[in-house]
Amino acid sequence: MGRKILNSFHWLGFSFLEPLVRLIRGEEPKKNGLIIFRKVIVPIASVLLFLGVCNYFAHYLYAVERERKIEKTLATQGEEAALAMQECIDSGDLSCKPNSLPSPGDVWNGAVTLIEDHKTISADKEAFREKTAGINAKRKAQGKEPITYTGRPSFVDQIMTSLETVFAGFLLAALLAIPAGIVLGLSETLRTALNWVIQIFKPVSPVVWLLLVSMVVKTILASADMDKSFVISFISVGLCSMWATLVNTAMGVSSVDKDYLNVSKVLRLGVFSNVFKVILPSSIPLIFTGLRITLSVAWMVLIAIELLAQSPGLGSFVWEEFQNGANDSNAKIIVAMFVIGGIGFALDRMMMLVQKAVSYESRA
Amino acid sequence: MEIVTDTKVMLECKDLTKAYPTPTGDFVVLEDFQLQVKEEEFISIIGHSGCGKSTLLTMVAGLNEITAGQVLLDEVPINGAGPDRAVVFQSPSLFPWMTALENVMIGVKQVFPHATKAQRNDICKYYLSKVGLADAFHKKAIDLSQGMKQRVGIARAFALKPKVLLLDEPFGMLDSMTRVELQDVLIDVWSKEKITAIMVTHDVDEAIFLSDRVIMMTSGPYAKVGDVAHIKLKRPRERHTVVEHPNFYKYRQHLLTFLDH
Ligand SMILES: Nc1ncnc2c1ncn2[C@@H]1O[C@H](COP(=O)(O)OP(=O)(O)OP(=O)(O)O)[C@@H](O)[C@H]1O
Ligand SMILES: [Mg+2]
Repeated sequence: MGRKILNSFHWLGFSFLEPLVRLIRGEEPKKNGLIIFRKVIVPIASVLLFLGVCNYFAHYLYAVERERKIEKTLATQGEEAALAMQECIDSGDLSCKPNSLPSPGDVWNGAVTLIEDHKTISADKEAFREKTAGINAKRKAQGKEPITYTGRPSFVDQIMTSLETVFAGFLLAALLAIPAGIVLGLSETLRTALNWVIQIFKPVSPVVWLLLVSMVVKTILASADMDKSFVISFISVGLCSMWATLVNTAMGVSSVDKDYLNVSKVLRLGVFSNVFKVILPSSIPLIFTGLRITLSVAWMVLIAIELLAQSPGLGSFVWEEFQNGANDSNAKIIVAMFVIGGIGFALDRMMMLVQKAVSYESRA
Repeated sequence: MEIVTDTKVMLECKDLTKAYPTPTGDFVVLEDFQLQVKEEEFISIIGHSGCGKSTLLTMVAGLNEITAGQVLLDEVPINGAGPDRAVVFQSPSLFPWMTALENVMIGVKQVFPHATKAQRNDICKYYLSKVGLADAFHKKAIDLSQGMKQRVGIARAFALKPKVLLLDEPFGMLDSMTRVELQDVLIDVWSKEKITAIMVTHDVDEAIFLSDRVIMMTSGPYAKVGDVAHIKLKRPRERHTVVEHPNFYKYRQHLLTFLDH
C-alpha cells in the first residue's frame, strides 16, 4: 500500500512528497527530516520571500507613481487640485489610483475578479442558451444556422481557446515532423540535401511565421466561412514548434544501434517490418523527447502569436488588458502570467509521463 | 590448406581477402584465406586480438563486404546476409522493446512464413525452453540479465534452422560462472541439432570443449590459417570427463604454444 503511494508519487513527479510519507511512517526520522527541510520547507520559504520582495517593490513603485501624479496635477492645475488628488488617491478611490506594478494582494484580487467574471458570463450564457433553445430548434428544422452566443469570452474561455489552439498546433507539428523526420532519417541523401531547410527555418521567429501563414491562409480561405484567425494561429504554432521533433526523429532514425540493423539484415526483414518493428521502436525515446520540446515551444510561441493575430486566447487577453488600462488590468496581466506558466508546467509534466510510459529504456 | 573429402562441405571460404581502406592506403586484414567446414562440424577460431576473426565471421554472415574471393554456402556463393547463417553476437543484440518470445518470433516468422501461428509459437517456446527460459517467455528483453539475454540470442539463432551458426565471442561479456553454464546450454542444444557452427573465442578451454576443430589464425595484417588442432574427444561431451581426458592438456598446450608466439 505505502509502496504503491510512493511509486505513484514517483511517476507523477511528486517525489518530494516521498520523505513526508516516510517520516509519517516513522522511517529514519533524521534523514527524512533533512530531506523535508530541503525539499519542502526551503522552497516554501523561498515563495514567501519572493512574495515579500514583490510586495515591497510594488509599494515602492506605487509611492513613486503617486508622487509623480500629484506633482503633475500641481504643475498643470494648481495647488488645490493637487491636494484633492492626494486625498483622492489616499482614500483608495479607484478612479484616481496610480497605475503601477500590482502588489501580490492586487494580483490576488485580480484573480478573484476574473473568477467572479467567469461565473457571471457562464450564467449569462446558460440563460441565453435556455432562451434560444426553442428558436434554435425551429431554425434547425428550417435548415438555418442556429443563433450563437456572441458575448465577451471569460478568462476561463480564453484559457480553453488557447489550449485548443496549442493542441491543434502540436498535432499539426507531430503529423508533419514525425513522418518527415522518418524519411530524412532513412535517407542520408535527403538528409544532406535538405539540411539547409532545417537550418534556415528553425531559427525563424514566430512573428514571421505568423505573417507568412496569414499571407497563404488569407488567399486560400478567402471565401471559406470559418474562423481564419484560429487557423492562422494554430498553423503558425505548428510550424514554429515542429523543428525539435523533426530533428530528433531524423536523428533517432538515422542512429539506430548497428547491432539491431545487423539482426534485421540477418533476418532479412522487409522494409515495412524493418521500419515499424526495428527502427521506429528504437527511436521512440528520442522522438518523444522531441515532442516534449515541441509542446513547450508551442505553448511559448502561442501567446505571442495570439497577441499578434488577434485570435482569441490568453495572448489576446493579455494584449486587451494592456490596451484597456483599467485600474486592475495590470493585476490581471500578472494573473495571466502565472496561469500561462502553470499550464506550461502542467503540459510539460504530462509529456514527461507519456515519455516515461513509452520509453523502453528507463524502466528499472 | 586442409582437404576434407569424407563428408559434404557446408561452408567454404575461397581466396577470401579483406582490405579496409584507410587514409594511408588499404589495410589488408585477410589475404587468400582458405577454410572448409564440413556439415555438422563445430569449429572454433582463435587468434590474437585484431587479427581479423570478427572480420572473417561478418564476411561469412554477409554483414561485411568481401574485397576479393568467395564464400560458398552449400556450394552456392552467398549474397548478403540471410537467416541461413544465423549469428550470435557478442552483445546479445535483442530488441529491448520486445519480450523474449517476440525476439525469437520475429525471426521464426521470416523463416516459416507458411506455418500457423500455433506452430510458430511452439517453435519459439521449444527453443526458449531448451536454453532454460521456460518461465521467461513474456519478460521484456530489457528486464533480463546479461546471461539470460544471451540465452535468448542462442534460442533465436537455433530457431531459424540455419545451415550455419556463426558465433562471435558469444560468452565474452559474461562472468565465468555464467559462461560455463551457457557453454553447457550451447553444447546441449547443438548436439541435438548438429548445425554446422563457427565460433570465435579467446577462451582456449571453451574452444576445446565445444569444437571438432580449432583454427589458429596468424596475427594480421595478411592473416592466414596458422595451425589446426583436431579435437578428437568423443561426443556427447561432459565437462568433467573432457577435463580429465589425457589428451585435453595436449590440445591445450598446443593452442597455448601457438598463441604465445
Ligand atoms: N571498419 C574498419 N575499418 C578499418 N579497419 C578496421 C575496421 N574494422 C576492423 N578493422 C581493423 O581490422 C583488424 C581486424 O579487426 P577484427 O575486429 O576483425 O579483429 P578481431 O580478431 O575480431 O579482434 P578481437 O579479438 O579484438 O575481437 C583490426 O586491426 C581492426 O583495427
Ligand atoms: Mg572481434
